[in-house]
Amino acid sequence: MSEAGSLVIKGGRVVDAAGERDADVIVVDGLIAAVGPGLSADRTLDAGGCIVGPGLVDLHSHLREPGKEEAETIASGARGAALGGYTAVLAMPNTTPAMDSAAVVRQVVEIGRTAPCDVYASGAITVGRNGEQLAPMAEMAALGVRIFTDDGAGVQDNGLMRRAMEYASGLGVTLAQHCEDDALCGGGHMHEGEWSARLGIPGQPAEAEELMVMRDIALARLTGCRIHFQHLSTARSVEMVRTAIASGLAVSAEATPHHFTLTHAECQSYDPIFKVNPPLRTAQDVAAVKAGLADGTIAVIATDHAPHTPETKELPFDQAPPGMLGLETALALALTELGLPIQQVLGALSWRPAEIIGVGGTHGSVAVGRAANLCVIDPEVTWTVDGAAMASRSANTPFQGRELRGKVRHTVLHGEPVVIDGQAQR
Amino acid sequence: MRHLLGVADLGGAEGIEEVMRLTDSFVEVSERAIPRVPALRGKTVAWLFYEDSTRTRLSFETAAKRLSADTMNFSVSSSSVKKGESLRDTARTIEAMGIDAIVVRHASAGAPHRIATWVDAAVVNAGDGWHEHPTQALLDIYTLRQRLGSLEGRHIAIVGDIKHSRVARSDVWAFTAMGARVTLVAPPTLLPPSLEGWPVTVSQDLDSVLSTVDAVYLLRMQHERMTEALLPSLREYTACFGLTNQRVELLRDDAWVMHPGPMNRGVEIAADVADLPRSLILDQVRNGVAVRMAVLYLLLGAGSDLVPPPATPKEDSVV
Repeated sequence: MSEAGSLVIKGGRVVDAAGERDADVIVVDGLIAAVGPGLSADRTLDAGGCIVGPGLVDLHSHLREPGKEEAETIASGARGAALGGYTAVLAMPNTTPAMDSAAVVRQVVEIGRTAPCDVYASGAITVGRNGEQLAPMAEMAALGVRIFTDDGAGVQDNGLMRRAMEYASGLGVTLAQHCEDDALCGGGHMHEGEWSARLGIPGQPAEAEELMVMRDIALARLTGCRIHFQHLSTARSVEMVRTAIASGLAVSAEATPHHFTLTHAECQSYDPIFKVNPPLRTAQDVAAVKAGLADGTIAVIATDHAPHTPETKELPFDQAPPGMLGLETALALALTELGLPIQQVLGALSWRPAEIIGVGGTHGSVAVGRAANLCVIDPEVTWTVDGAAMASRSANTPFQGRELRGKVRHTVLHGEPVVIDGQAQR
Repeated sequence: MRHLLGVADLGGAEGIEEVMRLTDSFVEVSERAIPRVPALRGKTVAWLFYEDSTRTRLSFETAAKRLSADTMNFSVSSSSVKKGESLRDTARTIEAMGIDAIVVRHASAGAPHRIATWVDAAVVNAGDGWHEHPTQALLDIYTLRQRLGSLEGRHIAIVGDIKHSRVARSDVWAFTAMGARVTLVAPPTLLPPSLEGWPVTVSQDLDSVLSTVDAVYLLRMQHERMTEALLPSLREYTACFGLTNQRVELLRDDAWVMHPGPMNRGVEIAADVADLPRSLILDQVRNGVAVRMAVLYLLLGAGSDLVPPPATPKEDSVV
């Protein structure tokens, strides 16, 4: 059986929410046409010894366009995403100008149309992400925006956050929060604790995150609005989310690879490559984030991919901007560090975020009839991280030189192989 | 020792002892009619001061000159810092001029550590943010040893704004490395957020601590702490933690008073107390030059004779 223009991904082990099976995958006209043994097509992508999963979905990418194209563009970020196995990314709104209007959202979506990865726009909750006045959420929702966040900052004002959640609940969208109480964190540059005290760097206490998690759980109860907690980083945050989910609230959470791998001890080098917000925390917090991923409290692994130019990361620690690259290392870090079954790892990287972002129809599944958004992973190959070799315009990975296990071999976007044998095709 | 970035670079008591022994000989040099030796002739030391500091810079400059080093002052205007000038660019620019040592003062903790990763020159930390000020700790130890002999078993109280103090962060490690016991005395708002792993005890009761110490070390109280709501008022601070004329009477007769300067007379230390015979504040300044000579010599002078043979014509490298 062979249809004109068809593609077969051959010899792999298919993994999605439905389970695992050895099968070939036939792609025709951008859709999955068949999944089963012994299939062939015009064109073959070898997947021998590999996992064939749905394309990954990132809920947290800073693509820097418009405004900071020297650090990243939608095109370069999307290329890195494709190399990392992603077929969809959610662009964060802290661009310049902020994604707080239909015009900017439209621009980002438009530029993203030609990218080697589906680019979805988030919208800001408040005008200019200033935390003072609600942004036109309905207008942005009409363009397909499903997640609103002021990421880069949390909405500080309790009353305003309540109104935002009430308003959002009427639109059927989800609010995502960067949890950080500015008054408690003011002037901090790393986790407040043993290392900040020793290094003489002003700290950000864990409680600054936890207070806002606590508040937003209370407001979720009050308003019924869905709330998604971004980049959870403390043990008590994880515990509060666990309790909130158990009590039936519409709460979800993500964690980043750097928060399940690195601790604040990294900051002793004073290298701002380790500066990130929320900051790297204690070994206990790392363990709690891992436990939260293991038991599903934290449904999603998100990258918080945050490119910064080399010169900004050569400033002193307290002057350098926070943020780390993530798109090209997230999957390998999850496979190397978490010790979870492959299906659970892919769930956290693909179909769970696809549901939260509302793109479960086109991403997150390897079922017949669905869009052929796929990634083929060699789970055993080891490789060494090198920021300079990444597709990103920036190189600020904190994992430079680290050996990781598991690498994306092919990525297929709407039927088109955009990465073949680890090489971006466009 | 390739750089002096923090007290840990000195290598514990043994390393500190070596600096003390060298300092002894440089104190002797400083007392000569012509207080100058050619130990660092042909070497160039640059000052990279991102923060104003008259006394530390002058002290280092005097030290370098007494060792016959060439010096250059790379003045960094506050505006270029505000523009976010890359530390790396600045450091490498200086090094390209053929510099052997860079003495760095910076308002950001860790700035000298970053510079040290980019240059071949020796880097001396002359104070980085709240982090460390290792030559201050060395001169403090030297000053105390002149009066106490050894620091072994001695009790030193460090009083005041520990949280924001690079002097405290160096002194704690240096004093305890030499066998002293350290008590930090401060309101909780002026203590570091964690003292995990610090070899110190903590007290809020200065009166009861004073009678037990061999030396009390007062830190400068900065006015901006009031606006950060760390203290209700300077008056209340002085009442609780100032070394007032009354409180100084609680010290044993053989106990000493120290301060890294500049002082806020009337705040952390009463005007009269600063001038008492038991005050070592000017000794600290005086010893600073010899200690910094010892540090520069250790970093740059390895192999050269401390007290050279009578002059014979010798090639000097020209910078």
